[in-house]
Amino acid sequence: MLRYIFRRLIAVPLLLLGVATVAFFLSQTTRGDPLSAVVPERQMNNPEIVAAAKERWGLDKTLAERYVIYVSNLARGDLGTSFTTRRPVSADLAERLPATFELVLAAMTFATVVGVGLGVLSARYQNGPIDHFSRIFALLGSSLPVFWSGLILLYLLTVQLGWFPGPGRLSAHTPPPPPITGLYTLDSLLTGNIPVFLESLHRLMLPAIVLGWSVVGVITRLVRSSLLEVLGQDYIRTARAKGALEGRVMIHHALRNALIPTLTIIGFAFAYLITGAVLTEAVFSWPGIGSYAVSAARALDYPAIIGVTLLGSLAFLLANLATDIAYGLVNPKVKLQ
Amino acid sequence: MMEQSKEPLLEVRDLRVDFRVPGGYATAIRGVDLTVGRGEVVGLVGESGSGKSISMMALLRLLPAAARVSGIARFDGVDLLSLSPRELSHIRGGRIGMIFQDPLTAFNPVLTIGAQIVEALQLHDRNLSGKAAWTRAVELLAEVAIPEPGRRVHQYPHEFSGGMRQRAMIAMAISNRPQLLIADEPTTALDVTVQAQILELLQRLREELNIGMIMITHDLGVVAGIADRVMVMYSGRVIERGQVDDVFYASRHPYTRGLLAALPKLDGAREALVGIAGTPPSLINRPAGCAFRPRCSHAEAVCATAEPPLLRAGQLESACYVSDRLSGMTP
Repeated sequence: MLRYIFRRLIAVPLLLLGVATVAFFLSQTTRGDPLSAVVPERQMNNPEIVAAAKERWGLDKTLAERYVIYVSNLARGDLGTSFTTRRPVSADLAERLPATFELVLAAMTFATVVGVGLGVLSARYQNGPIDHFSRIFALLGSSLPVFWSGLILLYLLTVQLGWFPGPGRLSAHTPPPPPITGLYTLDSLLTGNIPVFLESLHRLMLPAIVLGWSVVGVITRLVRSSLLEVLGQDYIRTARAKGALEGRVMIHHALRNALIPTLTIIGFAFAYLITGAVLTEAVFSWPGIGSYAVSAARALDYPAIIGVTLLGSLAFLLANLATDIAYGLVNPKVKLQ
Repeated sequence: MMEQSKEPLLEVRDLRVDFRVPGGYATAIRGVDLTVGRGEVVGLVGESGSGKSISMMALLRLLPAAARVSGIARFDGVDLLSLSPRELSHIRGGRIGMIFQDPLTAFNPVLTIGAQIVEALQLHDRNLSGKAAWTRAVELLAEVAIPEPGRRVHQYPHEFSGGMRQRAMIAMAISNRPQLLIADEPTTALDVTVQAQILELLQRLREELNIGMIMITHDLGVVAGIADRVMVMYSGRVIERGQVDDVFYASRHPYTRGLLAALPKLDGAREALVGIAGTPPSLINRPAGCAFRPRCSHAEAVCATAEPPLLRAGQLESACYVSDRLSGMTP
């Protein structure tokens, strides 16, 4: 098992190098001039300033030279300097990742609990009212754009009903907890700061529900269909024949088998949301990776764009690995070697 | 006390099963009567689709919701078909054990064999501790002659061979010392040598535990070895029944005779295999009269008029209008 994980981890840097290479050359094919991101428009006519900027950012070198420099920096963990924030990209990402991670973690918890729960109920009461409700709920979550559902819920639940606080991870008056993990809820809990914990949790809920709702659909439908398939298997009949009641048959015998395909989707959705929470982060002023990616893309901030790409790829690779490990734990026929 | 033991263990009257299909109902079981005494083995024989398995699943109400079951199934004084789900769950796996045809698909692939036997034990004895249940599971595996039961109990179904899985299935079915064991094609998926071992095991358990058994099979050889009485089913009805020897040596029904003639002979004579021409009728569109008539070489005009009733003919009961004519002929 450990050897399997080790072997898989060895492959990660190689895969990331591939991603970095593709992302690097792809970014060079765009029509925009990165100089416009670093030199103010008024000074574009000033050759001295342009030349200085080119030298400063290495834009006077050939493509091959720049690639070699980029990759050798990458090997030392240096993702370059952002054109816009003028800070190391790795520092920017490190600062923003915990916010996104906390949001995605909460969103996936919501999506998994609700998705699996509704999936089980839909399969148990197939074509009944619960099944129809969950179908509509899932459909809405999958098809409503997050910026719309987010704004509507924000308006209804925060502005009108006052159930949830406004956007942001904490209000401006609340000092964030000392960074241990970067997750405000966890850090405040670790330092025993209950008021901050409650506030950060409260503020986390609505964006997490909005983001989670967008992936509830796939989970519910997959759980439902795999459960219905599993419920037709011989071993379900055996379980009934040995005296298990329907609830136990469902949870103990059917669900465990039905969750095997669902794990893949959950892992995939988790990785996808790390870079895919853009709109939710924008609606809820969440200082995460998504909003960083958007501003980087708009400013043609190549180092930041490639940095986000690499982070997203890393999230996919790790989520895949976690999924495979979970497979091995749930399905005894899978041996990790 | 004497009175009670004379009452049969299981008494089924007029069991009917219809399946809802687009545009109506398909009748799968058309009035089956069946009794099983304590410690008695009844063989239920017929080709695929004759309704043997469906009638037994109907008894334990294991059929999908699309099935409509009617009739009476009195087991030890209670009607299985009118129990509440909770009452029924105490009988399923408790006083009635069931063995299925394919032991690979009949075990849950993600749980160990031991965990599944332990579950069967604890479902029927809430006071049984986990430790005691696991000890009991090992004993049960030993009882069905699984080698190294202490190690095997922690393995998953896919780590067992076919024969071992069927032994484990039997161990699970008898874990709560049932009075009745329903075995649905218990040897069909197995090699011939393993088949013999499983039958021996069932025979031994029957003698040691005095279990009544219903043995569903399409293999007359299996029935001959283990059953006291035989019921032959065709197209959802019992068409002949009697003591095993009478059915084998004095059958009065052309279908049973056809089945017996189809048995391969092992006496060295190299004959071509004999079959019964034609296929069983569909459940939705049965022929008028006797369901076997289109395939029967003895059919007469009377056979097309109405379904022949199950009547005493010699030592047996047969549902055939020409059974008298068949009495003198050796099958």
